[in-house]
Amino acid sequence: MKALDRKWVWIWGALLLVILLILPFLFKNYRVFQFNLVLVYAIAILGLNVLTGFNGQFSLGHGAFYAFGAYTAAILMDKLGVPYWATLPAAFVFCFGFGILMGFPALRLAGHFLALATFALALAVPQLLKYKHIEHLTGGVQGIVLTKPEPPFSFRFLDQPFSSDRWLYYFTLAVAALMFLLVWNLLRGRVGRALIAVRDHPIAATAMGINLTLFKSMTFGVSAGITGLAGALGAIVVAFVSPDSFTVNLSIFLLVGVVVGGLASIPGAIFGGIFIQFVPNIADEISKSAPAAIYGLVLIGFMYLLPMGVMGGLYKLWFRLRSKASG
Amino acid sequence: MRLKPLTLAVAGLASLLISGAALAQKKYDTGASDKEIKIGGISPYSGPASAYGAIGKAISAYMNKVNDEGGVNGRKLNFISLDDGYNPAKTVEQARKLVEEEEVLFVFNTLGTPPNSAIHKYMNSKKTPQLFVSTGATKWGDPKNFPWTMGWQPSYQSESKVFAAHILETKPNAKIAILYQNDDYGKDYLKGFEDGLGDKAKSMIVSKISYEVTDPTIDSQMVSLKGSGADTFFNITTPKFAAQAIKKAAEIGWKPTHYLNSVSASVGSVMIPAGAENGVGIFTASYLKDPTDPQFQKGKEWDDFVAFMKKYMPNADIKDVNHTFGYTVSQGLVQVLKQAGDNLTRENIMKQAASLDMTLPMLLPGVNVKTGPDDFYPIEREQLARFDGKTWVLFGKVYGR
Repeated sequence: MKALDRKWVWIWGALLLVILLILPFLFKNYRVFQFNLVLVYAIAILGLNVLTGFNGQFSLGHGAFYAFGAYTAAILMDKLGVPYWATLPAAFVFCFGFGILMGFPALRLAGHFLALATFALALAVPQLLKYKHIEHLTGGVQGIVLTKPEPPFSFRFLDQPFSSDRWLYYFTLAVAALMFLLVWNLLRGRVGRALIAVRDHPIAATAMGINLTLFKSMTFGVSAGITGLAGALGAIVVAFVSPDSFTVNLSIFLLVGVVVGGLASIPGAIFGGIFIQFVPNIADEISKSAPAAIYGLVLIGFMYLLPMGVMGGLYKLWFRLRSKASG
Repeated sequence: MRLKPLTLAVAGLASLLISGAALAQKKYDTGASDKEIKIGGISPYSGPASAYGAIGKAISAYMNKVNDEGGVNGRKLNFISLDDGYNPAKTVEQARKLVEEEEVLFVFNTLGTPPNSAIHKYMNSKKTPQLFVSTGATKWGDPKNFPWTMGWQPSYQSESKVFAAHILETKPNAKIAILYQNDDYGKDYLKGFEDGLGDKAKSMIVSKISYEVTDPTIDSQMVSLKGSGADTFFNITTPKFAAQAIKKAAEIGWKPTHYLNSVSASVGSVMIPAGAENGVGIFTASYLKDPTDPQFQKGKEWDDFVAFMKKYMPNADIKDVNHTFGYTVSQGLVQVLKQAGDNLTRENIMKQAASLDMTLPMLLPGVNVKTGPDDFYPIEREQLARFDGKTWVLFGKVYGR
């Protein structure tokens, strides 16, 4: 049974990989661009999930880290001529540092107080970005228009050219795969267990020798860094940043993505990304008068049917099927 | 019997020639055909600026009216309007959807300066018109660098030129103080004003002070502006600060001739909070007929508008000036399409948009739409209005161009 399981995992995994690799050539550039955004959001949600899902710290301000990452990439590319791929590590490091700074007050603020503090950060970001003394860097209200990276080589496949959107798809996919792998690796061992222990019972965790200060602030840093990296990637994909792209709604949508995908579930982030990318579009197609209301209804329906998120629902289904098969 | 193949061949040749001639007359780019013209729109139906969604709805309603009446040159208008929630990143996505997926002929009346900035370069690199955008920034009229983008309403700069012209006429020796918001919008207004005063700008402007949109109040700025000894005040502020400025001027006993930019010419959100009695005599400028102004609520033009609203937007508020805006800009578009005739290429759309000279029913009398190959500012004329304690009263001539 076990060997059979593993064989199927390999077969399905290989099939999924092939689908992911030929996907951009089956769709128009515009759709590929949307897939890129799904991947970007998935990385951002992954970052937030490390903090909220695994470590139990609520943040309503991750849109701010996303914005800082995006601006780091935009300024580096626009003002210093740094190649686009080199801006990702820079965005990670910058947001990591910033996240640790945010993490210190987080030690004193628990639960909903932390949510409010981070919410304030999200509210402040669009205004900070318009601040006049940094306007020569940020471009003020106008934002910064970027140039899309050209693919390094050209070929045709299935009668479709290898466009810059398709190149960015592979680039984003590779970065996303790397981030998911790193997070999975980080969380499946000692560190992951420590994070969950801190979430579930901080006092017991301290008694067992876990350094609460270190773990909480490092988690905040890593989480902010990953989300910031997603922001940088988002800036490259959209090729434009401006303060109004990063309003408080973004932070809320990221949290929605975490919950919809499944709290404390790594693959759930992908479903979260799909949700926050496509559901607003569907809502817009259903009604022009109240797209936000439709969005809300879909969200309520989702939470009612899948209270544990998409991954929670999938696990439930999987266990039911297995118990049927064995019983 | 022997002739039949020959007749057929001749007939075939003749029909080929005829259809060839017909093809030469009709020219289409992506999005246009014998039956319909596909037009894209992006409006904030959700999000912080969703009040402006009314414009997009009015445009859709007007397109329905045009189609019920047979379309333009026999073609139906297929208006595909998408929501961007005033988020520039979303605007990019929606613009790409319209151009690459829906394959529209052009994009029409996208709203807001940040969203339009986000797609400015993209639309021009795709050589797809970004026609009659809803924002007052001056950068939309730059045919040399961005030949595929055109504005619609008076730009901030042309409005402040109207104020400058009025000052030069009525008070040539005025000492002017200016308060402006320190961003693109404020600087746009300031530049137009200084250009409008021309050589006299240096001697007439005695003080100009800026504020940040994040400042809590502008009290200290008002005190120093009064201290400059100015007798004329140009108030370039957004609604909250406009109300503060009007109130503070009254409190410190400063009574200059006061010009208020149209951005804040709202009775409900500026004049009443500032204290209606403090605002009596303030000047502003406008170009659209205000649907609440009784002097315009008569005549064929008004009846047509009311009939349109009743039939196509039965549940909407007729007093909302956004509907008047959508109605008017749609009429501008229909004129462009009429002029384009059967030559529905993107190039010809821009060419026709750049050769307009007309008036429209809901524009103020004397305000026209005029463009040229080097003039991508369709509406530049405005009329001044004075606040009488209750509403804005239009007076004097129409300024601009």
